[in-house]
Amino acid sequence: MWEIIQNNWTLLLVGQYPNGPLGGLVATLLLAMAGLALAFPVAITIAVARISPYRPIRLVAAGIVHVVRGMPFLMVLFWSYFALPVLIGRPLSGFWTLVGALVLYESAYLAEVIRAGIQALPKGQEEAARSLGFGYFRTLFLVILPQALYNSLPALIGQFVSLIKETSLGYVISVNEFTYAAGQLNSQLLVQPVEVFSILAITYFIVCFTLTQSARWLEQRIARSRQGGPGGRAAQTLPNPLATEPMP
Amino acid sequence: MISFENVNKWYGPELQVLNDVTAEVNKGEVVVLCGPSGSGKTTLIRTINRLEPINSGKITVNGQETHAKSANVNRLRREIGFVFQQFNLFPHMSVMDNITLAPRKLKGMSRPEAEEKALKLLARVGLEEKAGAYPSQLSGGQSQRVAIARSLAMDPPIILFDEPTSALDPEMVGEVLAVIKGLAHTGITMMCVTHEMGFARDVADRVWFLDKGVLLEDAKPGEFFSNPKHPRAQRFLADLRH
Repeated sequence: MWEIIQNNWTLLLVGQYPNGPLGGLVATLLLAMAGLALAFPVAITIAVARISPYRPIRLVAAGIVHVVRGMPFLMVLFWSYFALPVLIGRPLSGFWTLVGALVLYESAYLAEVIRAGIQALPKGQEEAARSLGFGYFRTLFLVILPQALYNSLPALIGQFVSLIKETSLGYVISVNEFTYAAGQLNSQLLVQPVEVFSILAITYFIVCFTLTQSARWLEQRIARSRQGGPGGRAAQTLPNPLATEPMP
Repeated sequence: MISFENVNKWYGPELQVLNDVTAEVNKGEVVVLCGPSGSGKTTLIRTINRLEPINSGKITVNGQETHAKSANVNRLRREIGFVFQQFNLFPHMSVMDNITLAPRKLKGMSRPEAEEKALKLLARVGLEEKAGAYPSQLSGGQSQRVAIARSLAMDPPIILFDEPTSALDPEMVGEVLAVIKGLAHTGITMMCVTHEMGFARDVADRVWFLDKGVLLEDAKPGEFFSNPKHPRAQRFLADLRH
């Protein structure tokens, strides 16, 4: 296995780059980051729209969430593969097709996590901010979201992890990413599928596990600072974010 | 300063929580609202800064009709401090940031200026040493004192207290009431919903007694406690003595 990595590490890491398109693990991470960076603000918008005081806005947001959550990711991916170029009127690279599908799919799930986080806050938080004279949006950004996002951090991280894993489905529309590189390598080597796909599995695990662990570290740091310096009471009683199952 | 004219409010078609309330609070006055639970005291005080809508009638604060469609509710609320039963401090911010948030973001005060002011307010409520603490590190009484300081940071001419001591352990009621007493008769107009009748007797200029959404008595505390006119108020006071 070590030998395979030694001989093919550039293919696994960056694909055919610089002689061909960027691929491999770097492309996977870029896909995940682009997906995340775009899905997060979209998700916040949908979450806030879901609990908007205006019914039409609520209905549209609920429609998006329910439709998307009622579809397998592969279906969303096919739809963006065939429909997105028509919608924007020009061909779209596999990379951005996948990002589009990821954003649409994950923002629906993230939105529900964020909405739950907002609704779990005591009503008094909003009332206190409004009573001081803050408007709707300032209340949202200064008081509600910082708390809601922090409280839903374990579930959000779970969702981010599934976003990273979903990039692997780019394989079916031939996006050059990590799974695709492993597939190429496997067809070159022909006789070592167990080794090749073990490398793939272990690497995905390391990436995802690192993310959950660093999120946990971050969470404990925030909790400690709120308890006044290291070793605060809350730090030890924090729920383990790994115990939260990511949504499918 | 604050006036109610024929204010009515229903929850659904059946339950009337405010029934034709007409009353007036003068500038600098301290009014204590009392009455049995479910009588509408909290609802009434929450209608003043429009935390609760009303169905009919008129509420005027400082000459401005607060429930008018044209009223700028955010500007209006800056002029009305509100202290909640559950404190509602922002748990993700230090005590200092809780107090300076509104002056900085709404009045454009610089951070050093706002912090200097916050320290003065904390001194006034006896908590200078807690500026850097987070709400989770405070006791209930300390939290409520910080919440009062937070309301005062906007220099409101009016401050409303909605059962400020009801969520506190008994030994902490005194420290909060002492702070509120210290504010009374400093020129700020105060309304306070409370079950602390001793406080009402000592501090209030007038006591309002509500039952089933009707304002039954509006009297000076001496008069209200020694000689309540309405039988419902007589029974309420008799029940308190048991």
